[in-house]
Amino acid sequence: MEDFEFINAMVLLANFVIVPALSYGSQLALATLSLTIIYGVLRFSNFAQADWMSFGTMATILFTWLFQSAGISAGILPTALLALPFAIIVTALFCLLIDRSVYSFYRKQKSQPIVLMIVSVGVMFILQAVVRFIIGPNDRKFFDGEKYIVHALDFKNYFGLEEGLTIKSTQLITVVVALVAMISLFYFLQKTKLGKSMRAYSNNEDLALLSGINPEKIVIVTWIISSILITTAGVLYGLDKSFKPFTYFNLLLPMFAAAIVGGIGSPIGAVIGGYVIAFSEITLTYAYKKFFVYLLPESLEPSGLMQVLSTDYKFAISFIILVIVLIVRPTGIVRGKII
Amino acid sequence: MNDELRAPIAFAIMGILLAIVGFTQSWSVSLSVINLCIISSIMAIGVNLQWGYGGLFNAGVMGFTALGGLTAVLVSHDPIYEAWDKAGVGIVISAIIFVLSITSLLFVFRNIENKQIRKTLIILIIVFGLIGINNFYGPSIDIIESINPAKTGFLGGLGLPIIFSWLIAAVVAGLVAWVIGKITLRLRSDYLAIATLGISEIVIAVVKHEDWLSRGVKNVSGLDRPVPYEIELQQSEWFLNLVERINFSKLEAIQSLSSRQDLLNDLVIDSSGIFVKLCYAGLFFSVLLLIFYLSQLALNSPWGRMLRAIKDNEEAASAMGKNIFAQHLQIFIIGSAIIGIAGAMLTTLDGQFTPGSYRPLRFTFIIWLMVIIGGSGNNLGSIFGGFFIWFIWIEAEPLSIGFMNMLAGGLEYDNPLRMHLLGSAAHLRLFIMGLLLLLALRFMPKGVIPEKIQKK
Repeated sequence: MEDFEFINAMVLLANFVIVPALSYGSQLALATLSLTIIYGVLRFSNFAQADWMSFGTMATILFTWLFQSAGISAGILPTALLALPFAIIVTALFCLLIDRSVYSFYRKQKSQPIVLMIVSVGVMFILQAVVRFIIGPNDRKFFDGEKYIVHALDFKNYFGLEEGLTIKSTQLITVVVALVAMISLFYFLQKTKLGKSMRAYSNNEDLALLSGINPEKIVIVTWIISSILITTAGVLYGLDKSFKPFTYFNLLLPMFAAAIVGGIGSPIGAVIGGYVIAFSEITLTYAYKKFFVYLLPESLEPSGLMQVLSTDYKFAISFIILVIVLIVRPTGIVRGKII
Repeated sequence: MNDELRAPIAFAIMGILLAIVGFTQSWSVSLSVINLCIISSIMAIGVNLQWGYGGLFNAGVMGFTALGGLTAVLVSHDPIYEAWDKAGVGIVISAIIFVLSITSLLFVFRNIENKQIRKTLIILIIVFGLIGINNFYGPSIDIIESINPAKTGFLGGLGLPIIFSWLIAAVVAGLVAWVIGKITLRLRSDYLAIATLGISEIVIAVVKHEDWLSRGVKNVSGLDRPVPYEIELQQSEWFLNLVERINFSKLEAIQSLSSRQDLLNDLVIDSSGIFVKLCYAGLFFSVLLLIFYLSQLALNSPWGRMLRAIKDNEEAASAMGKNIFAQHLQIFIIGSAIIGIAGAMLTTLDGQFTPGSYRPLRFTFIIWLMVIIGGSGNNLGSIFGGFFIWFIWIEAEPLSIGFMNMLAGGLEYDNPLRMHLLGSAAHLRLFIMGLLLLLALRFMPKGVIPEKIQKK
């Protein structure tokens, strides 16, 4: 089937690079958005953000189990989507509790951002302990419902190609949910009064206070939005792969990288950064041998794996990009401006 | 409380705590804790120089520790001649290509103004560099890793005594810190934190996955030791005599000859372990004293005064003609070098290099706790913090198990809640650490032994 070589190569690429990167990028973009919102309004780099992600996901898993034991399900969709709103409420309440008992003190003192950052390290420890205490440090899968939208085998048979394309339902759910979340966030920030006052507060605190914006209200709204975004991101990631506290903690690094690459403080930048990090992680570690075997004539076929970096360095890639961005364009892709 | 008295009281309490462990658990346990406490204190001094005196947030402590550990392996392990013979050339060539590509990239960045030419040149260098390295590097590492993979499978080291590695580790960590500092120190403080956090992850990724260099997750064990082995001690005449003399009264009390001999044997085995740990403690303690003395000396010199001036008010110091960036770079390098020394010492103490064991919580954030709780800006405080936090970290586990047992007291043996509580006891220590940090930041932001404000 000489004529299909090109199509086969493209399907191969879509299956192993584009579809996974798109869903991982959406998860990362949501998580980075929450980091950026905290950074923009409360003005510190929150080291505990990845552990808020595990906390939110843990809450979702607990609600999912509750629903499953009560016999409630969402049909072909995962039960976790039903549990998500409840988990968001729990996470937001816990966020506000921690803010009241820990962060608000330093806010009143007008402490330097770096002090708040160290405080967030303390919160990180406590959250890790809480999550591991309640659900344990092990790997957990909580996906149920219909697993595939397009199955490789069906795809192959239907189109008569050598390569199959698999689209997991979690991948489609991820992209759809992420898009909805992003659009509503941008609508909120740009069009609603509360969103505008949040941007005003983030841009110039004193001026915002002068125009009668209630700072406590802004802080509460910020934590709620952050909880919504981070819990959603965590649940989508967990549905797609699985939930493990240590893996989630490791996502802190790509999140920070995405925030800086995109331009720290800018929501659009956070989204772009998330996708840039995800696509580079996957494109740079994919072995392109088979892809070139399809495309090139036999005499030119590559002998090696045609892999830029081994998959062992997946995590390192986000930092190599980060370092390059810091050298070449320290402001990030979208020049970092506050929200 | 009088500030002058804080340090002696703090150290006295620490001594009592360690003595309690000695009496209730065993002196061997107490000594192991002390050894790690000393290493932690050295790391804390390194971080304190950067944070307390320079105001730099280095979140890459783990990376420098691992670099120190790697240096210990590369200095002390015997070279694997077979690997060098078969693949040494390939590795050297790829290293040369790597260095050449980096230097030419830097050259292009600095000297070529035309953007179009610059871009093309950069892409060309990267592509040719990658092709060149792939041609030599891949095949060579395959050869190296296939030579006796169960035991070696890497290039080995220099075969020098391991104690040299402590010095070399300082140089290696300092060099890496120089590169990192050049890139990140001009940025804002939290960028530095994130960048160092990331770079330390890269260091760990390299030592974990470059098997030809460090055997990766297969670990390097059986490293050279700067102190005698227990088994040698147990067979040497003078040590037997020493043990006999120390425990003279105990042995006298026993009548039968054979049971006296048994007791002596037990005592010799116990004491040999303690003796080895004491040797380590002596070595580590001298390093700690030396580093403490040198850093106090430096900080009380004009150079130290300048650092404090910069930390107090960067703009004013800059207006006085001080080069802020250069000073930050210096203190970043010095602090990282000290952390590197501690990393090499840790690997020496363990006798093995286990890349899989480097976790940011244990090697970065705990060290930060030590500095902040001990008192940032005061080296004595960091030493105390190193001892205190490490002690809590170690002793939190038995304490949490005890606490959980108390909680689950009324429950039956196989009750699921009881099993869950006991199973999660280990996580309680994370909670204790977080709580300690938050409480210290809130109620004792200057730490146990605060920075001395000098008035002259």
